[in-house]
Amino acid sequence: MRKSLFPILTVVAAIFVIWYGASVGLNMAWAKDQATRAGTDPSFSELVANTWSQTKPKLPAPHQVAVEIWNTTGEMILNGRAFSKRSLIYHSWITLSATGLGFLLGAGFGILLAIGIVYNRVMDMSVMPWVIASQTIPILAIAPMIIVVLNAVGISGLLPKAMISMYLSFFPVVVGMVKGLRSPGMMQLDQMKTWSATKGQEFWRLRLPSSMPYLFTSLKVAMAASLVGAIVGELPTGAVAGLGARLLAGSYYGQTIQIWSALIMAAALAAVLVALIGLIQKIVLKRMGMA
Amino acid sequence: MTDTVISAKDLSLTFQTNDGPVHALKDVTLDIQKGDFVSFIGPSGCGKTTFLRCMADLEHPTGGSITVNGVSPEEARKSRAYGYVFQHAGLYPWRTIGGNIRLPLEIMGYGKADQDERVQRVLDLVELSGFEKKFPWQLSGGMQQRASIARALAFDADILLMDEPFGALDEIVRDHLNEQLLHLWDRTNKTIGFVTHSIPEAVYLSTKIVVMSPRPGRISDVIESTLPKERPLDIRDTPEFLEIAHRVREGLRAGHAYDD
Repeated sequence: MRKSLFPILTVVAAIFVIWYGASVGLNMAWAKDQATRAGTDPSFSELVANTWSQTKPKLPAPHQVAVEIWNTTGEMILNGRAFSKRSLIYHSWITLSATGLGFLLGAGFGILLAIGIVYNRVMDMSVMPWVIASQTIPILAIAPMIIVVLNAVGISGLLPKAMISMYLSFFPVVVGMVKGLRSPGMMQLDQMKTWSATKGQEFWRLRLPSSMPYLFTSLKVAMAASLVGAIVGELPTGAVAGLGARLLAGSYYGQTIQIWSALIMAAALAAVLVALIGLIQKIVLKRMGMA
Repeated sequence: MTDTVISAKDLSLTFQTNDGPVHALKDVTLDIQKGDFVSFIGPSGCGKTTFLRCMADLEHPTGGSITVNGVSPEEARKSRAYGYVFQHAGLYPWRTIGGNIRLPLEIMGYGKADQDERVQRVLDLVELSGFEKKFPWQLSGGMQQRASIARALAFDADILLMDEPFGALDEIVRDHLNEQLLHLWDRTNKTIGFVTHSIPEAVYLSTKIVVMSPRPGRISDVIESTLPKERPLDIRDTPEFLEIAHRVREGLRAGHAYDD
C-alpha cells in the first residue's frame, strides 16, 4: 500500500498542475476581455486569480469544483437536506439505482446468453454477430426509442433507464463468460467424461468455477458500462433527476462548474462500484483457494 | 484359467486430417488378463495413448473390435469400470486435495459418509494422509500426481488406465512413485494399463510390455516379464532386468522407430 501511494500521489499532483494550467489558458481570454471592458489594466497574477474564480469558466479550477461538490453534498447533509432536489447525493442515488438494476439485469442476461452459446450449437453459430452488432448502434440514438416504446406499453420510471444500462452492460459479460465457460482444457473435459458426468455436473463442478476469474473481470467492465448507460439514458429523455439530468441542465445554462461536479461524482461512483466488485472478487477467489 | 479383462481384435483408428488420413492404430490385437500390469511403450505417434483412449471410450475406433470387461468401452465407462490418470494431475485449483478426490464420488452419487471413508482410504493408499485439507498448489508435482491416482482409485474401479502419469516428473520422484505404484498394485490387485516412453519404467513395473511402432501405429512385440512380483528398486541392476530391457530396445528398433 505504501509503495503504491507515492506513484499515485505523483500522478494526482501532475493532474492538478495540468488542470490548473489548462484553466488559466482557457479562461484567460474572458479575463482579459472583462479587464478591457472595465478599462483596467490588471497584473498577470491578478489575471490568473481571475481565471480560477469565474462563475461560468470554460474550464473550472479544481477547487471550484470541490467547493461545488461540497455545497451540494456535505453541506446539504449538515443542513438535513441530503435528499433535496438540489443535492448531488439525491441525483447520484437516482442514477445509482438505475445503474444497479441495469447491471443486475445485464449480468444475468449476459450469463444466460453465454451458457446458451457454449451449450447450443445453433446459438454458437448465430448469436455472437448479433451481440456485436448490438454494440455498434450508438446508444444515444436508441435510448429515446427504448424510453418511448416502453412508455407506450406502460413502463416508465426506473426500468427504462435500467434497460439502457443493461443494453450496454450485458456485452462484456457475454464475451467474458463464453471465454470463461470454455476455459477448461480438453483433458479436464475428458476427465469428466471418464466419470460419466452429466452436462449439469460438468457445468456446476467444472465450467462455472473455472469461469470465475473471467466473470469478475467482465463484471467490472459491465459495471462501468452500466453507469454510462444510466447517465446516457437520462440525457436525451428529458429526465429531471439523476447525474445525466444534472449534466444536461448544466449545459443548458452554461453551468460548467455544475457539469464538472456531476462528472467527478460519476467518476467517483464508478470507482467505488468497480472497487466493490474487486472486493467481492477477492473474497470469492480467496474462499475458492484461487487467490 | 485367467479372465480376459480387455480384448482388442484387429483394432484400427484412422484420423482424417487435411494432410490425408493418419493411421493412429492399425490391426492391433491384444488381450489383457485380470491383474496384469501392462505397459505400452513406443516413440511418439505410435498410437499407445490412442489405444489407451480407445479402452476408455475417449476415442472411437474406425475398425476392428474392443471389449472391456466383456462389454463395449462405452458401457464399461458408464458402469465406471476404470479409473483414468492423465499425464497432468489436473486437480481443480479451487478444491482441496480431499475435495478433488471427492469429485468423482459426488458425480457418481456416493453418500456423504461413504465419501469421507473412501477419501481417507485412498489418501492412505498413496501415502498422503493429513493432506486432505491442503490445496493443490501447496503440494509438489509428485504429490499432486499421487493425489490424482488416489482420485482414480476412489470409486473402486478394477481397471486403472494411466497415460504417462509420471512423464512430467524428475527421475528421483519418478523412481519413488514407481515403487509406490507397484505396492499399490500388489495390495489392490487391479489391472493396470500404463503408457510410458521410458524403457526402465516399463520393465520395472510390468508383467507384460507391449512395444509399439508408428506409421501406422501397431504392436511390434509383446514381452512377458520373467521378473518376480516382488521388485526392489535395485532389481534394475540384475542381468535378468537388463535382458528384458535389451529386448524392448530391440523391439523398438525393429519397429523402425529410429528411421528418421
